[in-house]
Amino acid sequence: MPTPTRRERRNQAEAEASERGIISFADRKRLGVRAPLLVVQILILLGLVVTGLGPLLWLFKAAISTTQDTLRDPFALFPSGVVEWSNLGRAWSQSGIGHYLTNTGLIALGQLVATLVVCTTIAYVLSVLKPKWGRIVQGAILATLFVPGIVILVPLYLTILHLPGTGQSLLNTYWALWLPGAANAFNILVVKRFFDAIPHELFEAARIDGAGTVRVFLLIVIPLSRPILGVVALLTVMASWKDYLWPLLVLQNPGIQPISVALPRLAMNSEVSIQMASLFLALLIPVVLFLIFQRQFLRGVGLSGGVKG
Amino acid sequence: MTSVDLDGSPRTDLVTPPSASNHPPRRRRQSFRVWRSRGGISAIVFALPALFVFGYFSWAPIVNAVIMSLQKTNLVQAATWVGLSNFTYVLQDPTLPQAALNTLAFTGLALLFGFPLPLFLAVFMSELKKRGWIYSVLAYLPVVIPPVVAILLWKVFYDPSTKGLFNSILGGVGIGPLPWLNSTHSALPSIVLEATWASAGGTVIIYLAALTSVRTELYEAAELDGSGIWSRVWHITLPQIRGVILIMLLLQIIGTMQVFTEPYIFTGGGPQHATITVLLMIYNYAFVNNDIGAATALSVLLALVLGLFSLVYQIATRRWSTD
Repeated sequence: MPTPTRRERRNQAEAEASERGIISFADRKRLGVRAPLLVVQILILLGLVVTGLGPLLWLFKAAISTTQDTLRDPFALFPSGVVEWSNLGRAWSQSGIGHYLTNTGLIALGQLVATLVVCTTIAYVLSVLKPKWGRIVQGAILATLFVPGIVILVPLYLTILHLPGTGQSLLNTYWALWLPGAANAFNILVVKRFFDAIPHELFEAARIDGAGTVRVFLLIVIPLSRPILGVVALLTVMASWKDYLWPLLVLQNPGIQPISVALPRLAMNSEVSIQMASLFLALLIPVVLFLIFQRQFLRGVGLSGGVKG
Repeated sequence: MTSVDLDGSPRTDLVTPPSASNHPPRRRRQSFRVWRSRGGISAIVFALPALFVFGYFSWAPIVNAVIMSLQKTNLVQAATWVGLSNFTYVLQDPTLPQAALNTLAFTGLALLFGFPLPLFLAVFMSELKKRGWIYSVLAYLPVVIPPVVAILLWKVFYDPSTKGLFNSILGGVGIGPLPWLNSTHSALPSIVLEATWASAGGTVIIYLAALTSVRTELYEAAELDGSGIWSRVWHITLPQIRGVILIMLLLQIIGTMQVFTEPYIFTGGGPQHATITVLLMIYNYAFVNNDIGAATALSVLLALVLGLFSLVYQIATRRWSTD
């Protein structure tokens, strides 16, 4: 499925609004159809509120409750009458959530830069420059999609331990996350498909005007592909934020660990109220990020399904 | 961070040679040839970041995995070739049958909980016109929660005492208290329940995107033939997205076969190995027992099983998916 251009997408959106679905417009007006449909609609909405929003709201309540309140009656709202906002501050500074969140942010930011540089440059080569050896490289990159991630876990760890040819070790540096994370065939595929859809007359015209390959890349291809780069950026930051096993292996120094790796350790050593406050702070940023960029997110996820299909 | 060799790191595009010929082209044909020859070099420079990261961190490790599974090494002395003995060692490990069974059970349960429901939700949500986005946002919310946070939160929900969150809900309708993670029978289903909650939203959104390409003319015709809502869903909607359904099913199976974070943080493989998975075994081989050979042998085995499975799956479903 080719990536839709902006106009196609707008047409699609318009078509969706005016086209009928499984249930016709005439049927939708009939009470015998409308009433059950409304009931199902409300039931599903309730179900989604309970399962999607419920745990977050409960966690927020627990984050500002005393340990006793949470343990004695998990559903009561502050039975002892104490609302402990200070839990959040204590988790932030004493448990070091602030510090670990900063680490996580740094990791995600570096991952974003590394991923964007790698996937735009190689997509430019494969889609626009099209050298003879491009097909081989493309094949080799796509082939990695079919190798389960688990296969390279141990060899990759050893590579990080002793970078072959240099004798350096990337262990306990963020490069150990950024560089392997940038080797992501899926992002390259998505960006390349988008580049393929840019009319090649633009490149010809720029070339006639004397623009070199670097200028075509920086002044035409990159600005035109902002929508897809935004999607890749969001998915990359999110994936980096959620990652656990790999940072657990390569960042053994507790001071530089991201929040995911630090949390299970912190949870063991702190009381329930601080634990809940820490969890709440840890999910706040991704959730807020999602609520702000929800359209881009949902489009990006849908797109990934299109590429897989 | 300065200790890192920056050669060929993602910055290389900044050091591409400045465009050699800024003078206006005399003849188009010639300038095009100049561009081609220049483009040949810059293509290599542009490809360097990707070639570097894939070479070092993807292609070489894949080859190394196969090599190391045939070797014995303690990382100090030179590795020695040991043929297939790593594989026979792994296959004779008494925990392997348990881990393989658990992994299969995990996958089976994950499909049971996590395959039909997202499909149903997506088909339903595609019928909502204006307010559909609220459903999408709510469904996707659990997916954006970092897995570690979700797992630690659910660990509290799964408190086996009567005061535990889930147990006090069940207690309200006269069930329980259930032991959840503490019993060999309920630990695995409990983990799958959380994993399904955490991932179902993503599946819903992917189906939803696929459903936007369903051609709607056929509904009209089916309606004239007197077919009801369910029959329209079954005979028109689902067949049109079966390609996506089949791929998602395969990806779900491959993904859940490689589950690590949930059993590792929830139970660490316990109680009594009731939740140990193949990935936990690999982790233990490599990072607890320092047995690199066994760890890579087991990961290569798992990859072979997954590869063989997807091959058989593709062949078995080919006719159905292209009809």
